[in-house]
Amino acid sequence: MLPRSQEPDTSTSETVIDCRVDKIHYGDFLAVRDSVIPIEKNKITGFIGPSGCGKSTVLRCLNRMNDLIHSFRFEGQVLYHDQDIYAKDVDPVVVRRYIGMVFQQPNPFSMSIYDNVAFGLRLNRFKGDLDKKVEKALKRAALWNEVKDKLKASGLSLSGGQQQRLCIARAIAPEPDVLLMDEPCSALDPIATRQIEELMLELKNRYTVAIVTHNMQQAMRVADKTAFFSVDISQGGRTGYLVEMGNTDQVFENPQETLTKEYISGEFS
Amino acid sequence: MKDLKTPKQLRKEGWKELNLKREPFEIRSLSNTTFTGVTWTLALLAAVPLFSIIFMLLKNGGARLFGPEFFSVLTELPPAGFEMGGGIGPAIVGTLVMVAIASTIAIPMGILTAVSIKMLGSDSKLARAAHFTAKVLTGFPSILAGVFVYAVLVISFGYSALAGGVALAVLMLPTIIIATEEALGQVPKRMTDAAFGMGCTRTQVMWKIILPTALPGIMTGVMLAVAGAAGESAPLLFTALFSNYYLSQMNEPTASLSVLIYNFSGMPFDNQIELAWTASLVLVIIVLIFNIFARVISRKKT
Amino acid sequence: MRRTLFDRKIGKGITRPPGNLEIYSDAGFRAFSIFCAWSIILLILFILWMIGKQAVPAMEKYGFGFLTGTTWDVNKQQFAVLPEIWGTLYSSILALIGGGTLGIAIAIFLTENFIHDRLAQAFRITVELLAAIPSVVYGLWGIYVLIPLLRPVAHWLHEHFSWIPFFQTELSGPGLAPAAVVLAVMILPTVAAISVDAFRQIPAKVKEATYGMGTTRAEAIFKVLLPTASSGLLAALVLGFGRALGETMALAMLIGNSNQISLSWFSPANTLASLMASSFPEAGGIEVQALMFAALVLLLITFLVNLGGLYIQQVTMRKFEGVK
Repeated sequence: MLPRSQEPDTSTSETVIDCRVDKIHYGDFLAVRDSVIPIEKNKITGFIGPSGCGKSTVLRCLNRMNDLIHSFRFEGQVLYHDQDIYAKDVDPVVVRRYIGMVFQQPNPFSMSIYDNVAFGLRLNRFKGDLDKKVEKALKRAALWNEVKDKLKASGLSLSGGQQQRLCIARAIAPEPDVLLMDEPCSALDPIATRQIEELMLELKNRYTVAIVTHNMQQAMRVADKTAFFSVDISQGGRTGYLVEMGNTDQVFENPQETLTKEYISGEFS
Repeated sequence: MKDLKTPKQLRKEGWKELNLKREPFEIRSLSNTTFTGVTWTLALLAAVPLFSIIFMLLKNGGARLFGPEFFSVLTELPPAGFEMGGGIGPAIVGTLVMVAIASTIAIPMGILTAVSIKMLGSDSKLARAAHFTAKVLTGFPSILAGVFVYAVLVISFGYSALAGGVALAVLMLPTIIIATEEALGQVPKRMTDAAFGMGCTRTQVMWKIILPTALPGIMTGVMLAVAGAAGESAPLLFTALFSNYYLSQMNEPTASLSVLIYNFSGMPFDNQIELAWTASLVLVIIVLIFNIFARVISRKKT
Repeated sequence: MRRTLFDRKIGKGITRPPGNLEIYSDAGFRAFSIFCAWSIILLILFILWMIGKQAVPAMEKYGFGFLTGTTWDVNKQQFAVLPEIWGTLYSSILALIGGGTLGIAIAIFLTENFIHDRLAQAFRITVELLAAIPSVVYGLWGIYVLIPLLRPVAHWLHEHFSWIPFFQTELSGPGLAPAAVVLAVMILPTVAAISVDAFRQIPAKVKEATYGMGTTRAEAIFKVLLPTASSGLLAALVLGFGRALGETMALAMLIGNSNQISLSWFSPANTLASLMASSFPEAGGIEVQALMFAALVLLLITFLVNLGGLYIQQVTMRKFEGVK
């Protein structure tokens, strides 16, 4: 197992996003119940758990991406800097400017690499030196050396791993307050993964990061706080819920719940 | 080992030998072969008219066109009854002008309507009604477009190239709407998700991401609609009527290749009939050019 | 809508909430979309109203008899379109039998491994080219190639089989047969395209299961594939029929423009569209109104047929949605 390059941050800081889920429904299907997940400022919070436990769903709630799904219903509150982003009159467009997202599958726009990265900058009316910002974002996403000679090439002409790094560059270029990442490294090779993990550690100094990962070792490497979700089949359906959350060290070395212990030791995944 | 029977004994009992080979005269095999033959015949039969038409176009139309008269045929005025010579100049200009008028009207309107339908979303009753209307209108008989424009424009303002252009636009519009909707729908959801994720409004997602990405598909549909309009003649019969002279103003009648072919095809004069074939060849070439454009554009996007 | 969550700048980054321009253009464009979507609906209503308005005097004067009478005489001011309705339907049905069979055969040919993929592509282009040829050119070809070709055949059939009502008369020139043949060629690309889609919709598992049982290709097609795709094929036929009903120019040039009703394939006839094409330019006053009435009749017939075809397509799509 790769060693951590930084010690996890165990200090307490301001809660940027206080996610309090009562119920999340897709139509009649109860996807997630009763979970409170505080996301702290300048830290990396990792969501881990078996597949189908709702970690991606909860992540997507944090920037109201689930609104795009018709049958989605959210009961609860998500307090961003003490403002409930699910309040009736809040415009999700505003929320997403502050809280950015990197998706599981690479999804670059059908335009040049440069325009992909510059998209967020132009959208937010950035008036400064675009070239510099684009270069900086691509360097941080560990893609600059591979594309610096072909910035005009289409984003879709890159390989899968490169496309994902392009999407990461695109998301971080406008420097959002919070960055949500849904299994961002699943399509990447170990070297690129390592570089992205370094990026996350660097980003957390200025911003806040929340990451969903299937890879426990990754959570152990980068997350300061870890939230473990699991599936509740007691009512007949498959409903996700938060089992345990705390500092990464504590969750992995001294889990409070049996379920957590079992997951970490590999008894189920 | 004594218990095993010999093949001869087995055959006596009625067992047949395993035969994996194809038996061409067995009934199943025979009917399959017949079916294959019939299908081949029918398929080739369908290709025959195309080759016949191309042959006739090149032979009869080409005779006048690909010769010393190339330039005169393309520029001179149509001949009257017993005249020799003459050309299809005004008809070419008329067709191109009216297709241009129709395109200026139908292309922006069609694309905007399709974009609007997509913006409203698939659960909007209005969007579904509009989509359904467009689909139904694609089957609109071409002559009725002429009848409609006759009632609207010709009765009040007389026959004109403008009326002809409007009639063609009515026919192009539904095709463009449906083709644009298709192209807009082909944009992958993950791309629009990414745009929403960056905090774009719905309008921004449509104009910055969906439309540019769908543009090749839209252009293909538009080219095909234009090709179709160039070949139409029924809607022009009583809107643009016909003329033997070059078009000078939008509000007067004009010749067109398709109406010229129609008029000349029934005449008892060889000269006219030859010109009808020549006009057909020119018209088919124009239509083919647009079709090839459409195909090239659609290939470029992949 | 709350457009700013905070009254101070949040975070150290470049992102900021949407500005006034973005908000107003979003709202503005959404309003515009509603207007645009209404425009196409209003267009079709406007078309119906314009034609209907002109047709009303004729409808009042001739009433239902318009649909059952058989004379179209300008001088006597007697107008009726039964022969045209007959001609429209009969020519389209004959075209459907020919074009429909050919279209489905082509669809089978293209989707069931009859030829190498490259050849299939070339063949598909051939069929698309057939669709691209303008109607008038088909008419011209029909007059100078098809009719001379059909004349001896028609003559032979008439000579030997005139007891069959289809061959009752001689083919003197334009008539139902050449018109129906050309119409068949014109609709077969439509039928073929929709049928190809219908066959492609059949899930691969069905084909695997069928061939896995050891059927020959013919058996697979007739016993499994055709029945499975049947509703899609039906939609193809209905929509092809609708296309045939609306066809004007080729028919106007080939059908003979004669107001008679006959079962014979070789007699001239008339269709609603050709009637309009030939009578409109010279028409005035009441004749125009009668033609508008005829236009309404054609509109109604095509509309109903196309509606039926679209409905069948909808039902087919829903049928396969479960399988996926």
